[in-house]
Amino acid sequence: MEAMAKTLVVNQERCTGCRLCESVCAVKHDGVVNPMRARIKIEKWEHEGLYVPMICQHCQDAPCMNVCPVKAISRDEALARVMVDYNTCIGCRSCVAVCPFGAMNFNTIDKKVIKCDLCDGEPQCVRFCDIKAVDYVDAAKVSISKKRDAALRMTSAQKKATELEAEM
Amino acid sequence: MALNRKVAIINLTTGQIESKPIPIDVRKKFLGGRGMNAYLLYNYLKPGVDPLGPDNVLVIGIGMLAATMASATSRTDVMGKSPLTDMIGSTNMGGFFAAELALAGYHHLVFLGKAEKPSYLWVHNGEIEIRDAASVWGKSVTDTQWTIRKEMGDEDIKFAVCGPAGENLVRYANVMTGIKNSAGRTGMGAVMGSKNLKCVAARGTLDIKIAHPTQALEYNKRFIDLITSAKVNQTMGTLGTPFIWGATNSWGGCRTNNFQYNQLRYADDIEPEHLDEISKETCGEYNMTACFNCQVHCRAKYKIPQSPLAEKFGLVGKYDEGPEYTSQGGFCCEVGCTDAATLLCANHLVDQYGVDNLEIGSMIAWAMELYDYGILTSKDTDGVDLRFGNGEAVLEMIHRICQKKTWLGQALAEGPIRAAQKIGRDSEKYLIHVKGMSNLHSDERATPGLALNIAVSSRGSDHLRSRPAIDLYHLPKDVMKRIYSSPVPFEGELSSDHRSYEGKAWQVFWQENCFMGVDCMGICKYHTTFLGATLPNFEDWARVVNYNTGLELTPTEIWTAAERCNMLEKLVNIREGFKRDDPHKGDVLADRYHNEPAKRGAPDVIGATIDREKFKGMRAEFYKHKGCDENGIPTPETIKRLGLENEPSHLL
Repeated sequence: MEAMAKTLVVNQERCTGCRLCESVCAVKHDGVVNPMRARIKIEKWEHEGLYVPMICQHCQDAPCMNVCPVKAISRDEALARVMVDYNTCIGCRSCVAVCPFGAMNFNTIDKKVIKCDLCDGEPQCVRFCDIKAVDYVDAAKVSISKKRDAALRMTSAQKKATELEAEM
Repeated sequence: MALNRKVAIINLTTGQIESKPIPIDVRKKFLGGRGMNAYLLYNYLKPGVDPLGPDNVLVIGIGMLAATMASATSRTDVMGKSPLTDMIGSTNMGGFFAAELALAGYHHLVFLGKAEKPSYLWVHNGEIEIRDAASVWGKSVTDTQWTIRKEMGDEDIKFAVCGPAGENLVRYANVMTGIKNSAGRTGMGAVMGSKNLKCVAARGTLDIKIAHPTQALEYNKRFIDLITSAKVNQTMGTLGTPFIWGATNSWGGCRTNNFQYNQLRYADDIEPEHLDEISKETCGEYNMTACFNCQVHCRAKYKIPQSPLAEKFGLVGKYDEGPEYTSQGGFCCEVGCTDAATLLCANHLVDQYGVDNLEIGSMIAWAMELYDYGILTSKDTDGVDLRFGNGEAVLEMIHRICQKKTWLGQALAEGPIRAAQKIGRDSEKYLIHVKGMSNLHSDERATPGLALNIAVSSRGSDHLRSRPAIDLYHLPKDVMKRIYSSPVPFEGELSSDHRSYEGKAWQVFWQENCFMGVDCMGICKYHTTFLGATLPNFEDWARVVNYNTGLELTPTEIWTAAERCNMLEKLVNIREGFKRDDPHKGDVLADRYHNEPAKRGAPDVIGATIDREKFKGMRAEFYKHKGCDENGIPTPETIKRLGLENEPSHLL
C-alpha cells in the first residue's frame, strides 16, 4: 500500500558534510569506496558552511521514467521507489539529462546509469547518519513534524513580538 | 585493493616525477601515514641541510586506511626538516584531502628540490603534473582553493595548501586544507613556500576496493557506535574542542600571561558555552561540521559578530570554523585576553594567512611578557602597546608577523630560539618551549606524566605525540592496568594519581605508540585512547585493517611497527644533533617548570612544580622502555629488534 511506504527525507540544515553516506552507499552497492559510485552526494558551499545531500526523490510522475525510450525505468510500489531494469537499459542517458535533481548518475567506470534503490528498504545512508540529515520515515508523516516545527517558530516569534510590545 | 596506492617522488628542480608501488613487506614495517612518512624522510633527507633550502625534503602522506570503510580516516601527515626546530618536522591535519588523494591513486608524495617559479601539483587518477601557480601565489588559504576550483570548473578538488605565511617563510607556517584544517606545527608551510610549491590539488575517482565489504561495513557501524556513545565525544560534537579548554582552565592548567599564571580569570565571554551561542546565532541550530566520514563533527561554524575590534580590522561577518581550544590558548589565556572578539578575529586571520595558532600566540605572549618587564619597549614594538589583554595588539602583531613587517614582526616570525637570539637581553629564559617549538597553552606543572610527554616529544613541545590525557581521570588501578597492558604486558606499578611520578614513563611510552599507530592508520586521535579511556586502539585497528585492506596484522605487530616508526623519528633527530640535556635540542623542560610554582587553580595545582630529579628518573625509565641508553640513544640491540639496522634501506 502506497500510503504506508517509507520515504527518504533530507534535513539539509542538519548535514555536517562528512560524506559517510557516500562511502557506505558505494560499499553497499559495489564493495568499493568511491563517491563517483555513490547514489547520494553532498553538494557543498564550503565558504559558507552549506552542505546539501542530493538524492533521488523517487518521484510519482518521474521524469526519468517518462523520458526512457525503452521503458527500462519503472515504479516499484511496494517500496515506493523508482527502479532501473538493467536488462532493458540501453545506456542512452536521457534520464540523466532530464532529472531535475541531478540524482540520476552516470558511472563512467561501469558505463551505466545509477540511482538510489533505497537499499531494498534499509537505506545505509540513513543507518550511518547519526544526526539524521537523511532519514527514512513514513511518507504520510513527513510533513507532520515539519508542520510542528514551523508552528513553533511562528508562535515563538509571536511571543517575542508581544513581549516587545509590552516593554514599550 | 586499498593498499595499491603509490608513492610519487617529485623533483621540483628538474620536473621529473616517478611513481612507485609500495611493496607489502614495506607496508608491514612502516604501515602508512606518519610512519611511512618517517621512513621516506629518513631515506631521502640528508643530514644538516638548510630546512628552507632546496635540499630539504617534504613528504605529504595519508594514512593506510584513507578513504576506506573505517571511521574518521581523514588524516594527512606532512613531514620534512623543520625550519622552526632544525629537527624533525611533522604535522597532521583532518579535512577531505586525504580521501581525495587516495581516490586519485596516491598515498605519499615526496618533494625534492625547488621549483623555478610558483607552482602547484595536480594529482588526478594516477596522473601527476606540475603546473603554474601564478594565479594563486600571494592568495589566502581559502582564495587559493576557490580560485583553482573555479579555473578547473570542479568544486570537488581538494587541497593541501600553504598561505601567505608560508610564502613569506614564517618559520611556523601551516599546510592547510578547506576552511581551517591545519597541519599546523613545525612550519611545513614554510617548507612548501621555500620550494615555490603553493599547493597540491587532488581529484580522484579510482575505486578503493574493500577486501571484505560486508564485514567492513558492519564493523564500522560498531566502531562508530563505540565512538559516539562516549560522553567525551558527545560533548565534543556539541561544543567542539573548546570544552577541553573550559575544563582545563577552571582546574588551573592553562598557561596565562605567557607563563605568569596558570588560569585565565573572568573569561565567561570565551567559555565554550558562549562560543556555542555565537556559533548558533550566526550559523543556525545545527552548527557543527565534520571531517571525512566522521560522526563526531567537532568543528563549529561561525561568522564574526559585530564588535569595535572586528570593525576596525574589517572582519565583521567573515565565515570561519572553530575556534579550537588551541586558539583559546594562543589568543586568550596566553596573551591574557578574555573577549570573544579577539579570539574569533585572530582565529580567522591565522586561518587565512596559514600560520600556527599555537606558535604565533606563544610568540606574541612571550613578547608581551618581555614588554611587561620592560625588556621590550614601545620603541621595539613600533608603537604597539603590547600589554597583556590588548586584543588589538594581538591582531596587529599577527598581521606584522605574517607579512614580516617591522623589526619585532620579523623577529617573532623566526620562532622562539632565533627570536630570542635576535632580541637578546636575557629574553630566552621566558620562553616556554621544547626543542625550539613553543608549548601549547597547557601548563603541565601539576602533571608529571604530561610534562614528560612534552619533554620527550619528537617534534618539540606538543600534546599529540604521547600525552597520557586520561591520567587526569583518576581511573581505578585495574582499569589503568587493563588499558596500559595491551597489546603488550606491563608488570610495573601504575598510579591513578596525576601528581605521581610512578608508572608515568610507561604511560607516555604506551601513548607514544598508540598515537603513532593511529597516525599510521590515518585515523583521528579523538577516535582512540586520548581523551576517552574506552575508545578503540590496537586490537580494533588490526580488525579494521584486515576487513578493509585484507592485510593480516596482529595488534602486537601494529604496536611494534609503531615503536619502529617512533624510533625512526628519533633517528632523524639524532642525525640532526639531538643531545639529551641540550636546552635547544634535548628532552628537557623550560627551567620555569622546575623553578616557578603554579599560582592559581585547584588545590592540587597551586604550588606545583616539576621536581628536577624525579623528572630525570621518569625520563630514564622512559628511555629504558624505548630500548635506549641513558642518553636517549637507541642501543644496537633495539635497532636490531626493530629491524632498523639497514636504514636507510632505500626500498621506495
